[in-house]
Amino acid sequence: MKKNLRKALIYWVFGFLLLLTACVSTQKRLLDSDTSQLQLRSIQTRTFDTTNQEKTLRTVMATLQDLGFMLDAGEVGLGTVSGIKWVNIHPMRITVSVRPRGETQMLVRANCQIERKPVQDPLPYQRFFAALSKALFLEAQQVE
Amino acid sequence: MKNIGTLWLALISFLILSACIQGQVKPEHLRLTPESLAKRQLQTRVYDTGSESEVLAASSAVLQDIGFLVDESEVQLGLIVASKERTAIQPAEVTAQIILAILVSLSGNAADPVWDERQIMRISLVVTPIMAEQKGTAVRITFQRIVYTNKGTISKREALGTPKIYQEFFDKLSKALFLEAQKL
Repeated sequence: MKKNLRKALIYWVFGFLLLLTACVSTQKRLLDSDTSQLQLRSIQTRTFDTTNQEKTLRTVMATLQDLGFMLDAGEVGLGTVSGIKWVNIHPMRITVSVRPRGETQMLVRANCQIERKPVQDPLPYQRFFAALSKALFLEAQQVE
Repeated sequence: MKNIGTLWLALISFLILSACIQGQVKPEHLRLTPESLAKRQLQTRVYDTGSESEVLAASSAVLQDIGFLVDESEVQLGLIVASKERTAIQPAEVTAQIILAILVSLSGNAADPVWDERQIMRISLVVTPIMAEQKGTAVRITFQRIVYTNKGTISKREALGTPKIYQEFFDKLSKALFLEAQKL
């Protein structure tokens, strides 16, 4: 009886410890400090050789619609556009911001999130920028 | 005792794993497909006018006519987002669920009938000037609806896309503008 009790106790403690390691603090989630900020930023950002912020934003909107997103917010002052689409039963949200960079370029950053997690795989972002590049007739450049 | 221990471990491992694989984005999720072009043509009409503001104002009026309330708008980007809430109750479905619940409770079990109760329909409308061989203004719309059950959970989410819906909207817009809608 004692032996069984000890075994059960070991299982419970082990399981509990495993659960603890799987917990993530709220602070970490708020600041996304468990992902490499710099790495994610470079995946999500490109520059384009244009100074027309409005035209770039409108082209982003058209590209997002082509990719199946339903636009639900847009703001010229901030230079942002947001949309949502359903991937099976998961909601995928995206916000794209367009800001001037220096005198000759626009900086475009796409933040994509599925369910409640940021998308960290570079491939979807590459495809988005490929589609945007085609629509703008401009090359998407990586930010150094 | 041994069985409970293994079950507990299995449960924990499953929980951790499921947290890892939840909601993976596949590469094809953000990709232009041949269907993208067909969809664009379905969702867009071009009007023979250079006045973007006129088209935007007429679009807003048509949306109000068909019962939508504007949620977001950004005139400089030609964007209007609107929604309306309507009942989603289908009498046949409710009757069937109630009959089922009665049968279940008669057999001695607890019954909890669920049916679609309300739906929110959203529309996203974008007006874009066209600077091609002939001047024009393009209007592109996308519809979506989310259906909620009587328990408050989401029963369906779908992008609405029958050609008839788009045609009906553009017919109304054409009337409001006194202009003919041309396809892309």
